This record gives sequence, structure tokens and C-alpha cells, in this order.
Amino acid sequence: MASSPKLNAKIPEGVLENKWTKYRSTVHLVNPANKRSLEVIVVGSGLAGASAAASLAEMGYKVKVLCFQDSPRRAHSIAAQGGINAAKNYQNDGDSIYRLFYDTIKGGDYRAREANVHRLAEVSGNIIDQCVAQGVPFAREYGGTLSNRSFGGTQVQRTFYAAGQTGQQLLLGAYSALQRQVGMGAVQLLARHEMMDIVKIDGKCRGIIARDLVTGKLERHFGHAVLLCTGGYGNVFYLSTNAMGSNVTAIWKAHKKGAFFGNPCYTQIHPTCIPVSGDHQSKLTLMSESLRNDGRIWVPKKQGDTRKPTEIPEEERDYYLERRYPAFGNLVPRDVASRAAKERCDAGYGVGASKMAVYLDFAANTERYGKIQATKLNLHNPSKEEIMRLGKEVVKEKYGNLFDMYKQITGEDPYELPMRIYPAVHYTMGGLWVDYNLMTTVEGLYALGEANFSDHGANRLGASALMQGLADGYFVIPYTIGEYLSEEIRTKAIPTDHEAFVKAEAEVQERISKLMNIKGTKSVDHFHKRLGKIMWDKCGMARNKEGLNWAIAEIRKLKEEFWKDVRVPGEANELNPELEKAHRVADFIELGELMCIDALDRNESCGGHFREEYQTEEGEALRDDEKYAYVAAWEFKNEGSFELHKEELKYENIKIAARSYK
Amino acid sequence: MSHGNMNLTLKVWKQKNKNERGRFETYQAKGISPDMSFLEMFDVVNEGLINEGKEPIAFDHDCREGICGMCSMYINGRPHGPKEGITTCQLHMRSFKDGDTIVVEPWRSAAFPVIKDLVVDRSSFDRIMAAGGFVSVNTGNAKDANNILIPKDDADTAFNAAACIGCGACVAACKNASAMLFVSAKVSQLALLPQGKIEAKNRVLNMVKQMDEEGFGNCTNTGACEAECPKEISLENIARMNREYLGASLT
Repeated sequence: MASSPKLNAKIPEGVLENKWTKYRSTVHLVNPANKRSLEVIVVGSGLAGASAAASLAEMGYKVKVLCFQDSPRRAHSIAAQGGINAAKNYQNDGDSIYRLFYDTIKGGDYRAREANVHRLAEVSGNIIDQCVAQGVPFAREYGGTLSNRSFGGTQVQRTFYAAGQTGQQLLLGAYSALQRQVGMGAVQLLARHEMMDIVKIDGKCRGIIARDLVTGKLERHFGHAVLLCTGGYGNVFYLSTNAMGSNVTAIWKAHKKGAFFGNPCYTQIHPTCIPVSGDHQSKLTLMSESLRNDGRIWVPKKQGDTRKPTEIPEEERDYYLERRYPAFGNLVPRDVASRAAKERCDAGYGVGASKMAVYLDFAANTERYGKIQATKLNLHNPSKEEIMRLGKEVVKEKYGNLFDMYKQITGEDPYELPMRIYPAVHYTMGGLWVDYNLMTTVEGLYALGEANFSDHGANRLGASALMQGLADGYFVIPYTIGEYLSEEIRTKAIPTDHEAFVKAEAEVQERISKLMNIKGTKSVDHFHKRLGKIMWDKCGMARNKEGLNWAIAEIRKLKEEFWKDVRVPGEANELNPELEKAHRVADFIELGELMCIDALDRNESCGGHFREEYQTEEGEALRDDEKYAYVAAWEFKNEGSFELHKEELKYENIKIAARSYK
Repeated sequence: MSHGNMNLTLKVWKQKNKNERGRFETYQAKGISPDMSFLEMFDVVNEGLINEGKEPIAFDHDCREGICGMCSMYINGRPHGPKEGITTCQLHMRSFKDGDTIVVEPWRSAAFPVIKDLVVDRSSFDRIMAAGGFVSVNTGNAKDANNILIPKDDADTAFNAAACIGCGACVAACKNASAMLFVSAKVSQLALLPQGKIEAKNRVLNMVKQMDEEGFGNCTNTGACEAECPKEISLENIARMNREYLGASLT
């Protein structure tokens, strides 16, 4: 297989270990005087956006940042709980850049680019250094050094964390760096602004059309380059762990203007989320993967067992992950853990009222911690109650906020009863196709963080999203953008009365008028929920040909109905949350179709993409490396029509093998 | 569609924009389940309003897991409602009784003007952060992370201050609409860590100056902010900031 001529990944020559160092030292530079007249627009203010904007402004570029929330600090990176990986080897447990690289490629089921992943592992240590320098209060040991814990898919402790609020602390670090630049006038901040489209002039991205969400006014913004740092599209499923506002609109608009969409069907279903409690549910809440360090997952050995979990004796429990995967046990990667939970529930072993849940039980490790504490405190012959009390204190320090959140949502106390959990949509590995410089197939248009497809293959390992977002923003784009902008130093700022801006704004205006004037009978949420159900049932944890074909037909019908019957109340020239949602859901519907098309085209199972037709006798994902070791990059042709381009994935440093965690 | 069997009366602040006068409006929330969050109850009410051809109630929300700081309802006279240590999105309807009347207002403070209904403008917080809520370190300047050893207690205290979500409940709870708890949380976090000590004096002076310019009121040590803070940020931070401020003003 040869890669499509339309896809040039621009991976530097040379041995893997030296590619980035050499490239970084030879990439074209922009001198400080020229940087002052080069303008960069950053859309989104999460880890990738805030870190990129702050770093580029520090370097001297003129930067504009947009976010749809009321403050950049609200971006959904804030909700990441468990941690961030880095190959520091502080625990002296054999970690290295190569091992992080290897774990990430293997975890991604051999569907990620070697060069990108190696670069990610190389800069991972710098991220921790940078964050500590900013004052991010990571967890520490009594000696004052940084603390680490384990995450799924690895056998070392390389995850840095700040209780269950690592994303919050990292984002606030990046936000602080960003606000520092705002205060110095180097960054112009546009909060409560949403990108509505990109503007292209002579094939290059030269700006965006944005909507001021408070006044409804459309605005034109010029930029020599535009960075889309707009996160993932898990909300296509309606129910996910994403924030309510997380959406695909920015990257979808870019896709329709020529940016290829990479691996749209690769979705991560996170194994440990609080189960759905009713049809009023608006979102799902994650319980961090870090809980699998100390929580054991089990179901009763008897089908339909209605006893309370604490009444089921040890020998009647099936710790199915420890049984099936003895080497990794409860710390298998997310895709494997999610499928195993679904398998048990589908087979009738599920627990709770809906029977669509499994137990995550902390009793054994609470007891273990209690005994250690008792020894530390020189308590001889402590009672069971004393041990459990001491153990609970340790568990509380590690996971207190998560336990509180669980109790608040379910009304049950996880210190006394095991948690009930079930998989939920969490992250999308797919995103805009980008080259080694993070540039999309549209010149001057970049995608960073979850918005691009680049580093996680078909399944992301826990604690790697924060790593990638910050790697892209702090340590990759500041260098790679020079390769493009060094050629743009003669381009003067283009006035926004240029016909391309006028036309793009008119198109956006027309779409707004169209949405406002349908005056149908059903709310935006009504359509979003129906789309979500189609996607979850047919393009979720398990997919098959028949279901995907059905889903594509249903989504087309839904799209038609949406544009005939959606009701958007209020006015366009004011704060109008329903209009905002309508724009986003219209784009989700189109994306849903492409996800199903991509899932249908990939006749293999890999990572988060599980096609029921392709599995081993034990029910493990069965890849087809002969035919599918490629990135599927889809080109938008016209409504509902997409052309597939393939980027061949070459493994020169890792022996591609069946993924085993047994 | 019926979800549960609680029926409630809502008195909600409606205001078209920052220039027009607002008023309370009464809504019926029917068929509410005790497992719903407070915001999901609003979703049900809004869905009903849309279906009746009326305009829904605008409110801020995003993550719905208590961490983004976007939701901001003043419920029965208390920011984020009757329960302690949680945001509105984590408040569940099991905390109310069938037949209750619930009054919902936006944050009330001159420094947080109403944009629409329950949505307020909190950009003053961003400007305070821009005035000094950072360590001046450019990307790429950092040395190895373990070269800075920090006593665990200091790191933990800094973390507890850094847990602030910037929602503004402290301001809404305060009779003077003071932002001292918010500002002191950031000042404390950075003053407790060696990385932040170098700029500590300028930071506290600049952030307090910006806070005053934004029109927040003075602190009279009532402690309502701490009592209502969904992240239980401690009043000790205000004491620490006052010490920092005094120290910085005297030198």
C-alpha cells in the first residue's frame, strides 16, 4: 500500500531517536521583528489552546484566543481527573522514553504514527518541568519529591497527579500563563465567542468568522495562521463524559473547507463511569481510571444475582479482568476493560437496577492500606474496624473528591459499598488529519490536542490526553509553526473587507437565518438525543456491517427531519443557547454519518473500533494489518459524500504484533 | 415525557439583557425525578417551554461535574443551593421535597452584571488573574521538576487553595460582594510555593489593585464566602493574603 499523494506527513528523515531533535534544530525561524507583525488565531482555550497561545505570545507573535465559555479557564480539560504521563523514571522502575513510546503505540493497537508518538514521549518530561515551574501543585512525597501512580496499559508508575483534579491544575497553570500574556497585551482574549467558519484565500487559511454569543453579532478575524484547539467530538453520542458545550463545529467547518478528517470512527469508551439512571440524564460522569489502581472489578458468578454486594462471599465473585488478563489485571487498557464489562452485562451478570453495571470494589485495598498504616503507627493487634478506619483515611486522601462526587450523584457511599460503574463515551482519537507540523490539509490551518488524530492510534492510554494537549501547545507548535510562518513574513495583514471574508460571513448569516426560520415543532435536544441513540447502538462499543448501514440511512433521515422541523426559539441577535446548540447538533448529524462510513469501511477490529465480525475465539479484537495498517483520511466532496485517502503506517522500530495483556 | 413524580414551583429571575429591567417569573416543574440534578430539572422545564413555543430560561453550565465553575445559580438565597461543598450541577433533586417552591436568581454583584436571565459576566475574575495570578516563567525555561523540593504539607495547602473553580459564589454570598476569597486563594497558592515566592509582593499588590478597580466590595470577615464555597476554600487564605499585602505594602 502506498500513501495517497494528497497526504504528505512530512516526517523527517533519520533514525527515530534523532528525528525531532534534528528537525527542531533545522526548522525555519522567524526573527523577532517579523514575529510582531504575524498574527495567529487560536480557537479553544483548553490545555492545547491555552499552552499554544501563551507560548506563541511569549515568542512575540500577535495572538487572538477565542473560547465559547465565559472564561478560558472553563475549557473541558479542566475536568480531567487522574493524571499526566511522563517518562521521568523517578520511580526507578525501568521507565524510559522508549518504553512510553512503545506502550503508547501498543496501547493504540498499532494504528498511530511512530515519529509523532516518539516525539510525544521525548517532550513528556519537559511538560512536568514546565508545569512545576508555573506552580502547579502536583502530589508529593514526604521527602518533597513528586509522587507517581499507575495507569492502564502500563507496568510502570509514570503518572503525575494532583489528587483527582490533575486536569484542573494543569489547565489553571496554562490559563495563568495565558492571562499573563493577556495582561501584557500580547494576547487578545475573546470569551463567549464561537468560531462559525474558516476563511480561505488562495487556498490558505487566512482567518475565521466568529459569533459573539452575547450580542449575536458576526465578526471577521484575520490571521496568518489559525490553530484549532477545540477538543473532541464525543458529544455526537449525546451522552458522554464531555462538557455540555463540547462540540465538533470548528473542526467540522474546517473539514468542509478542505481539511481531511482522520479516523473519525475511533472513539474511546471509558470503562469506569457512573451508570445511566434515567432518561432525564444530560451527561455521564467519569470515575477516574486511577481508581483501578486500588479498585477491583467484579460481578457475581451467578447470573441475575440480586443479593447486596457485601452479602456475596468472596468465592462467588468473578474478578473477570484478573481472571482473563493476569499480567495487567484491573489495569488493562480502556478498550479492553470496557468490552469485558459489556460482555459480562450482555451475558446476564450485570448488577444494579438496570443490570447494566459492574462493581468497582475498594474493600480489599482499604484493608491492605489499613494494615500498613497500623504497622506504621505501631498498633499491635488492631481490630478489623480500626484497620478499615485507617484504610479509609488513606483512600480518602487519594480519591476523596471522586468518592464524594459518586456519593452526590448516586446517593450511595462508596466507602461502604462498591461503586457501580459502566462504560461511557469519553474521548475521540479521531480528528483532523495533520502532518508532523500539526498542519491540516489546508495550508495555514493547524489542529492541536484532541482535535487532531495524531498520537493515540485506535485507543488512547489513560493520562495521555493531558500529555498530548500540552506537548502540542508548549513544545511542538512553537517550533513547527515557524516552518510555515517563515514563508509568510511578506504577507501583510489582509483587510477583512476582502471578498472571501464577506462571502464566508454571508454564508454563516444565511445558515443562522435558515435555522431561525424553520420554526418547527421539536427542540434541538430532541434531535440530539435521537442521534445519540443511533450512534451508541450502532457505532458504539460494538459495530457490525448491518447496523452501520442501518445507522447511515437513519442519520440521513434524521438530518432531513432536523432541517424541516427543528424549533429554535428567541432571536439571533442576543444570547441564545438554543441557537448555539442547533448549530452544533446540525454538524454532529453530518459527522455521525461520516463516523459510520469510516467504521463500515474498516473491516477489522482495532482498539476502540470493535467490529463484531472480526474477533478471536476469546472475543479479543482482531486486526488486519495487511489491509488496514493505515490512517483513514476522509475528504469532504459534497453533502453526504466523502472520499477516502490512506496514509500508510510504517513500523520500523517496533515489531507489530497481536496486542496481549494476558 | 414524565420522569418522576415530584412537582415544584420555580420563581426564576428573567432579564432580557443587561440594560433592561428584570423580574421574577413563575414556572411549574412537573414530573421531576429525585435522581435529576438541579440543572437537569431546568432542562426539563426548558424543554417544556420550547414545546409550548415560549422562550427557555438562559443559564450558564458546562461540565456538569462540579469542576468548570460555569454554573452559578442563587437558589433559595444561597449560591449553589442548600447543600454544602457542591456546585449547582451536583445538587440533586432529592435535596428538595415534592411541592416545594424554589427561588432562583443570578449571582448578585455590581462586578458581575447580568447578561441574560441567570447568566452573569464574570470577566472581572479573568482581569484580576491577568494582573498577577501567575508565575512569570516562559515556556522552555524550566529546570528538572525534582530539583524543586517542596514539603508535602506546603504542597497540600497550596493545592487546597488552587482547588478554587472561579465560580464567584464567594462574591454572591458576601453582603459586600467582596472577591477576597477568590483572590486570596490564588495569592496563597503561589505564595506557599518556592516558585511563586519571587514575585509574591508584586502579585498581591497588583491583584488587589485590580480587584478594587473592578468594583468588588471590602472584606469584613463575616465568613459567608467560606461557608458557601463549593470547594470549601478556607478563610485562612484571606488571612494569609492580608499578611502578604501588609508585608508588601511596608517594603
